[in-house]
Amino acid sequence: MISAGDNLIEVRNLRQSFSGQEILRGVNLDIPRGETTVLLGQSGGGKSVFLRQLIGLIHPLSGSIKIDGEEIAHLDERQLEPIRRKIGMLFQDGALFDSMTVFENVAFPLRERGERSEKIVWEKVARSLELVSLEGQDQKMPSNLSGGMRKRAALARAIITEPACILYDEPTAGLDPIVSDTINKLIRRMQSQLKVTSIVVTHDMISTNYIADRVALLREGRIHFDGSLADLHNSTDPVITDFIEGRSHEID
Amino acid sequence: MNFPYSFPLTRAFSLYLGQIAFLVGESFSSILLGRIRWRLVLNQIVEIGFGSQAVVIITGIFTGAVFTAQIFFQFNALNMSSAVGPVVSIALCRELGPVLTGLMVAGRVGAAICAEIGTMRVTQQIDALRALAVHPIDYLVVPRAVAMMISMPLLVGECIFFALTASYYVATRILNVNSVFFLQHMWFYTHTKDMVMALTKGFVFALIVVFVGCQQGLTTSNGAVGVGRSTTEAVVISSLTILMINFFLTMGLNIIFPAGGKL
Repeated sequence: MISAGDNLIEVRNLRQSFSGQEILRGVNLDIPRGETTVLLGQSGGGKSVFLRQLIGLIHPLSGSIKIDGEEIAHLDERQLEPIRRKIGMLFQDGALFDSMTVFENVAFPLRERGERSEKIVWEKVARSLELVSLEGQDQKMPSNLSGGMRKRAALARAIITEPACILYDEPTAGLDPIVSDTINKLIRRMQSQLKVTSIVVTHDMISTNYIADRVALLREGRIHFDGSLADLHNSTDPVITDFIEGRSHEID
Repeated sequence: MNFPYSFPLTRAFSLYLGQIAFLVGESFSSILLGRIRWRLVLNQIVEIGFGSQAVVIITGIFTGAVFTAQIFFQFNALNMSSAVGPVVSIALCRELGPVLTGLMVAGRVGAAICAEIGTMRVTQQIDALRALAVHPIDYLVVPRAVAMMISMPLLVGECIFFALTASYYVATRILNVNSVFFLQHMWFYTHTKDMVMALTKGFVFALIVVFVGCQQGLTTSNGAVGVGRSTTEAVVISSLTILMINFFLTMGLNIIFPAGGKL
């Protein structure tokens, strides 16, 4: 059992609705420090909304989100900035700035946080790009990169400031199995080398089996399951077994 | 009683005005608190100011030329061709220069601002900025607003200069107006306050173009179609607002800088 002090993020009774449709109906979840938590769930089930709420990109209708003990649910944009500096986020399609080169994208967070020494910027960008195996691609524009390379460049941008926590939104969606495996290994490497807390939103079970320390399953706006990877695989709950085995109950 | 909010159109208009007011308030508070990225401001001055010169100069030259010709045709019939210079000059300073520059810049710069920010919005680049603890207003709106506030009065001045030069050329070389009369009368009847009025209007129109463009961009949704729609709306709204605000500015500024006499 993890004590409250070991949780980097604590979410209580989180609710969200858009245009009258309830997306989250009271989510309760603890994210342990230094571990990789995978949030599973069907497409359109509110996983990405939940992830965006954790960094304040969407304000919750009600409920509480504590990061490092600090309540963030009702902070405004300026008050959220110190919290956001502790967290990196990998967007589903990378969300690289398309008017900048890969180098400028990766250097962006450093320069915005006041790093004036170009030597230090250059060294840190080179190290980040090496971590994601993108050496020699720094002068390319995002439009000239493949989907997998864009995600890796975005990951280099997210990790360059060495955040305490990284949020991954569908990191392997739309990628071929080989590139997906590269991304999975990168996520593992981030955790083992940088000791970051990771939250990965996905519906990819191969990825989950490779990277997860803990797994939570979001279903109908609530956390249906929260436990270790072994607990997930040992579960006899039909909802979980259907999800793991990719079985629907639609009639052919 | 919930009047006037019971009317959807009134509610939408109130919401729009509220969003613009919030954007203006946040931007000016950032400017006053010194959150200005001067490197981005310089980039924007090049984009907005330097890049708009050709459009503004061509607009100025042909407006000055055609206005001079029309005034000459009317005034010459009354044997008042020597009044062409001052009429053209005052009309250009007080109305045509700032309004036409405002409309041209709204078309060129307002559309570009809206399309760029709108595309960033629909491709999650603005969310990426926020996630990286960079306030979109500080990064995207403030540099454009400062660059516009600096560039627009200069562009208005440039437009008037080229319009008057074209006017002089058309009047004296093509329409045979006496050049001494033309220049002397123009100089005598055009005052510093007319130029101050032009630059003041340019400054106000800069604010309209930049804040309407940014607001439309920041609220863009629905992908490529949404970007197209927002961009069209940005140009239409800023152009119409320039024309409407111009009337009230003219009435207000005429109290401060009354027409005729010396400043």
